[in-house]
Amino acid sequence: MALNRKIAYIDLSTGKIEIKPIPINVRKKFLGGRGLDAYLLYNHTKKGCDPLGPENTIMVSGGVLTATLASATARTHVMAKSPLGGLLGSANMGGFFAPELAWAGFHHLVIKGKAEKPVYLWIHNGKIEIRDARHLWGKTTTETQWAIREELGDEDIKSLVIGPAGENLVRFANVMTGIKNSGGRTGMGAVMGSKNLKAIAARGTMDIKIAHPKEALEYNKHFIEQITSAKVNQTQGTLGTPFIWGATNSWGGVRCRNFQYNQELYCDDIEPEAIDEVCAETMGPYHMAGCFGCQVHCRAKYKIPTGPYAGAYDEGPEYTSQGAFCGEPDCRSIETLLTGNHLVDQWGMDNLETGSIISWAMELYELGILTDKETDGLELRFSNDEALLEMVKRICFREGWLGNVLAEGGVIASEKIGKNSFDYLIQVKGVSNLHSDERATPALALNVATASRGSDHLRSRPAIDLYHLPEGVLRKIYSNPVPYEGLLSSEHTEYVGKPWQVFWQENCYMAVDCLGICKYHTVFLGATLPNFEDWPKVLYYNTGLEFTPRELWDVAERCNMIERLFNLREGLKREDLKKGDMLNHRYFDEPTRRGAPDVVGRVIDREKFKKMIDEFYEYKGLDKDGIPKPETLKRLGLESEPSHLV
Amino acid sequence: MEPMGKVLAIYPEKCTGCRLCEQVCSVFHDGISNPARSRIKIMKWESEGLYIPMSCQQCQDAPCMIICPVKAITRDETLSRVMVNHTICIGCRSCVAVCPFGAMNFNVIDRKNFKCDLCDGDPQCVRFCEVKAVDYVDADRVSIAKKKAAAEKITAAQRQAIALESESH
Repeated sequence: MALNRKIAYIDLSTGKIEIKPIPINVRKKFLGGRGLDAYLLYNHTKKGCDPLGPENTIMVSGGVLTATLASATARTHVMAKSPLGGLLGSANMGGFFAPELAWAGFHHLVIKGKAEKPVYLWIHNGKIEIRDARHLWGKTTTETQWAIREELGDEDIKSLVIGPAGENLVRFANVMTGIKNSGGRTGMGAVMGSKNLKAIAARGTMDIKIAHPKEALEYNKHFIEQITSAKVNQTQGTLGTPFIWGATNSWGGVRCRNFQYNQELYCDDIEPEAIDEVCAETMGPYHMAGCFGCQVHCRAKYKIPTGPYAGAYDEGPEYTSQGAFCGEPDCRSIETLLTGNHLVDQWGMDNLETGSIISWAMELYELGILTDKETDGLELRFSNDEALLEMVKRICFREGWLGNVLAEGGVIASEKIGKNSFDYLIQVKGVSNLHSDERATPALALNVATASRGSDHLRSRPAIDLYHLPEGVLRKIYSNPVPYEGLLSSEHTEYVGKPWQVFWQENCYMAVDCLGICKYHTVFLGATLPNFEDWPKVLYYNTGLEFTPRELWDVAERCNMIERLFNLREGLKREDLKKGDMLNHRYFDEPTRRGAPDVVGRVIDREKFKKMIDEFYEYKGLDKDGIPKPETLKRLGLESEPSHLV
Repeated sequence: MEPMGKVLAIYPEKCTGCRLCEQVCSVFHDGISNPARSRIKIMKWESEGLYIPMSCQQCQDAPCMIICPVKAITRDETLSRVMVNHTICIGCRSCVAVCPFGAMNFNVIDRKNFKCDLCDGDPQCVRFCEVKAVDYVDADRVSIAKKKAAAEKITAAQRQAIALESESH
């Protein structure tokens, strides 16, 4: 049974390991995955703890459906207090790790303390061992994974690892599994590094009994048809996520030159089709790979065709790499894109944060706020591909004054650089924005501003808002499972109805994160994809757990509220630029300069934005300051937190 | 004798490595999700991006059948498959040792060998593989895709030759 997977508490300081079941009442309240991680984080960390100190706790988990026959339950979730923003840290990745962890007997790991010397965890069929990792320290992400397999003599071992960036406590180091699956955001790799935890290796052959196997099989088949019939997923399956960057760039929704423009021009070489061509040339006509059990297969395979890393194999690049190594720094070379993507994969750092922060530094250099003194002579201008890749290296290995400073993340770096450098930093809650420019899309701006882990698109983005769907269609989606009678607008430049959409998406994404499913299997990019109606069935067939759509929604709302409570405890204030639900002033003050006729010349209206936040808070049951009302906590059963159910 | 029987055709180049086949195989046969129970397995060379599905070839002169000391393994000609009779099987694993494809498995939980039985004519791995890296085809069609692909290269050369010819005139 999926429900008999355990939770393990591991103290790296003492070496003590405790294994406990997950009680059914906890499942009913938080399900698993990110939701239960949030509960564990809130209750197993103390207010104000140092994110890079032994008192921080890092959670690693699969969802309640991980490794069952629900479709694409590949996602691994990692959570801790973030060293980047000092608030919620959370990252989610595909691949094969969480299913293997589940077959090894576990759904959740709660890791605290700090090992005296580098170690890794070896998790095998119900047992956990802390092993020496001194010989792995310094190795890249893939070198580490292959070395563990060799050492333990099993090629089927799946590992979650950090690279040099995590060891060097780069505050946006990621955790990785496989070639490119990354728990990228909010510096979870630095937290692992701070604990001297190089890797978590899992391998298991423990049965997961399916509650209703026949129905689970048939429903999986139905799910696959629903998922693969969506045009957006067919495109994902051929071009991968770069198609999103290409489409968004076409109307002026991607950042260029940090935040100076909202569209990259003359970029034939880095369009999705051009990337696809390189993949086909180097890997053959069938060059798409899938995560565990997924029929979307959005992960491209490629070899770098030219340059110093020619011939190196990697996967991706995802649209975030296009943003990081093309649009934001205004570089337009496919070699730079594929090489940059390879470096961050190998060294284990968040591509998105890396590109964003370097582009910010490039703007500062062009403005004269940074000079050759700080860059050690590096000409850190936009469109300087060499400088971009050199800076990636300097950050990872903390080389030079600027490399070392940028490795601290934007907020700390801005304090060290001084002057008005912070004004140019495109971030929310200390976390840099991805490559998208939301000045023409209020719904997306609201999502970025209020996302629980800092600026982020995967927490609450109503991406289908860009499709101009008829109001009736929107109402059908957004009125379930909770009725919504208010206004909705098909216009992506509008403000009305957007707070509800963001609220709905926030709960939708939390639900899939608790289940352990990929967001491409829900209403993220496709309007026809599964949502609250479908999951109770999958949950029942696979685990026997009975939920109504509304009950699932309630779980999601509860877990989102726990994340909110954590952020509030760690200092979230509504309009605080570093720790709030607030956007950089450039969103309000600098009109977009490029793009489609209805996009060019746009800013976010400050007053309307405030109203959107007010309305969003209302739906969440928060007061005007963003603090939950007592009745909200009571309704969600969170009035007695912190508690220690697990 | 009438020609009969379909075969499992594997096209490794199409495999995306998702391993859904392993999952549906174990759930279909055992009601349990566990790749260790799957009859099909994706072998991976991850650092090169190569994924190869491996399953029983249902050999005509099956080494497992020949080696079995108690004749527990026989051919079922109606579905053109090799079957194990577990009431006769003594669990010696000779078949596991001798199979050239590693397609005979041994289940450590139930202490029995197990292999692909083509799901009695509706192989679930095929049913669920959207990219058709595994397919279930009439035996006479098994090489047709490769023939066509190879022939296409020749047609391309021919077309080019014709084009060059017409240009030079």
